Amino acid sequence: MIVRINPFFALQDLGRRRFLAGTGATLSAAAVALMAGRPALAAGQGSKHDDLETDVRILNTALGAELEAIAAYAMGAGSGLLQKPVLDLAVQFQGHHKEHAAVLAKTIRKLGGTPVEAREHYQFPTDGLKTQNDVLGFAAGLERGAVSAYLGAVPLFRGRELASAAASILGDEAMHWAILRQALGQDPVPTAFMS
Amino acid sequence: MKHRAATAVLVLAALVSLPASAIAPGDPVRGEAIYARCQACHALGYDRTGPKHCGLFGRRAGGVPGFRYSPAMAQADVVWDANTLDRFLANPTGMMPGTAMGYAGIADRQERADLIAWLRQASASPIECPP
Repeated sequence: MIVRINPFFALQDLGRRRFLAGTGATLSAAAVALMAGRPALAAGQGSKHDDLETDVRILNTALGAELEAIAAYAMGAGSGLLQKPVLDLAVQFQGHHKEHAAVLAKTIRKLGGTPVEAREHYQFPTDGLKTQNDVLGFAAGLERGAVSAYLGAVPLFRGRELASAAASILGDEAMHWAILRQALGQDPVPTAFMS
Repeated sequence: MKHRAATAVLVLAALVSLPASAIAPGDPVRGEAIYARCQACHALGYDRTGPKHCGLFGRRAGGVPGFRYSPAMAQADVVWDANTLDRFLANPTGMMPGTAMGYAGIADRQERADLIAWLRQASASPIECPP
């Protein structure tokens, strides 16, 4: 049995708490601290605001990439090049990316940010996609890149709960990459470490 | 005592003469494999979540027409070359706080050199980057 989890559950209260501590309330506290002649305290409050902005910026970059991945799988599924059961796999993976995007957008809003929206048009290297394996190889490249992107983002989050949630998505992207490599007849797990 | 002081001066001189900021020669074949890490957001020939890399060397940061950069990148006074790329790839948010490239960076100096060597070739390739 697979239990479906919400990796961002820990943020349900935290989002509101950090938002209150990091934006309007924080600026008021910073102003009070400045007026009280305590610039160090004011600077501390300002840095919390910077932390929030940093986290929202990272989340929005991740959301942008997830939205592009959704469009890429739609392009692949609609290309007519994918046969069952590979087609089902592509649709399933697209569904995962939709879930990632939804939870990222919700978290950005909780933190007081504005989530980026899907573009009207995405550019893909469609001229080079002639076979099922071409599409799989393209998707594998995106998933492999996504693993690295989340791996590079995790240490930058100022909120540890966000880092944990991003790592949860990273795990899913890594599984996609391995399955796509398997479908391509490649070693699904070619290395012990990812970078 | 004099001997010890002279030795210290020699050691110091040797350290100063080391090319600490020089970039190791890069291997573009390894660099191409390292570029796979960038492909969640970047491509050579077209803009994605990140801007395209064709024409990267000699381009001003924030200089791809029509791409929506972060204010930090758009206002940066940086021209991309091997040295600026090395600094940026080592710690993107450290070199450019506020960049949308929320990526911790590539710590290994040799990996950065390899990636830069490949980017130098590929971003000027007439096949990948037609005029």
